[in-house]
Amino acid sequence: MASLSDLSLKNRLFMATYRYRALDPVPFTRPAKPLRQARVALVTTGGVHLPSQAPFDNELKGGDASFREIPADVDPATLGIAHKSDAFDQSGFRADRNLGFPLERLREMAASGEIGSLNGRALSFMGSITAPGRLVKETAPVAAALLAADGVDAAFLVPL
Amino acid sequence: MCHQTVGLIAGELERRGIATTSVTMLQEVTRKVKTPRALAVPYALGYPLGKPGDPALQTRVIRAAFALLDAPGPPPVLVDFTST
Repeated sequence: MASLSDLSLKNRLFMATYRYRALDPVPFTRPAKPLRQARVALVTTGGVHLPSQAPFDNELKGGDASFREIPADVDPATLGIAHKSDAFDQSGFRADRNLGFPLERLREMAASGEIGSLNGRALSFMGSITAPGRLVKETAPVAAALLAADGVDAAFLVPL
Repeated sequence: MCHQTVGLIAGELERRGIATTSVTMLQEVTRKVKTPRALAVPYALGYPLGKPGDPALQTRVIRAAFALLDAPGPPPVLVDFTST
């Protein structure tokens, strides 16, 4: 288990005084159908993008709240990683994108019938957002509307 | 910060009627954000599904996270992953 004490002094000092935004009340949707029939979407904060897409902007103050749509049939090894966070070791993720963007695992689970289907688009955000106003007001609601329009029943979110 | 981002996106998805589950390496942050469902994994930051090149372990973590979809609640649901 990682803990805040594993972070660098700079990141620890920042996080010690940071006021996290809490969900209150916590929205909670019960699954509409069993997993074996559910359409599942993958969402990562790993900052991955297609080579043809603009990478995330690491210079934006407060963080880049935009997201990229990634086709679920892409070869994960071809994806770029725009993540510039110095708070964690990226070598594992760069060696195997499935570590934080497990498209191949979810395709296997769809093929075996463990999940009903994998949604045709996965979403990639950049995790390093310190000022989440735009995320909460704009980009996350747009992402949620997209997945709802796709008929997604359940989403799996992976932090990086 | 990625853990706060995951929690806030999960909140928007839940509001739109999509059930969410996730993993966390930083329980302290996930507790504060009140992420609706999260599996606490014993891995370092940057290694949410355990190990690169270990599909079996990655699948076990994903299965355990999906199992939280059936948790009775109330939210937030935060459960430790046991790899055995």
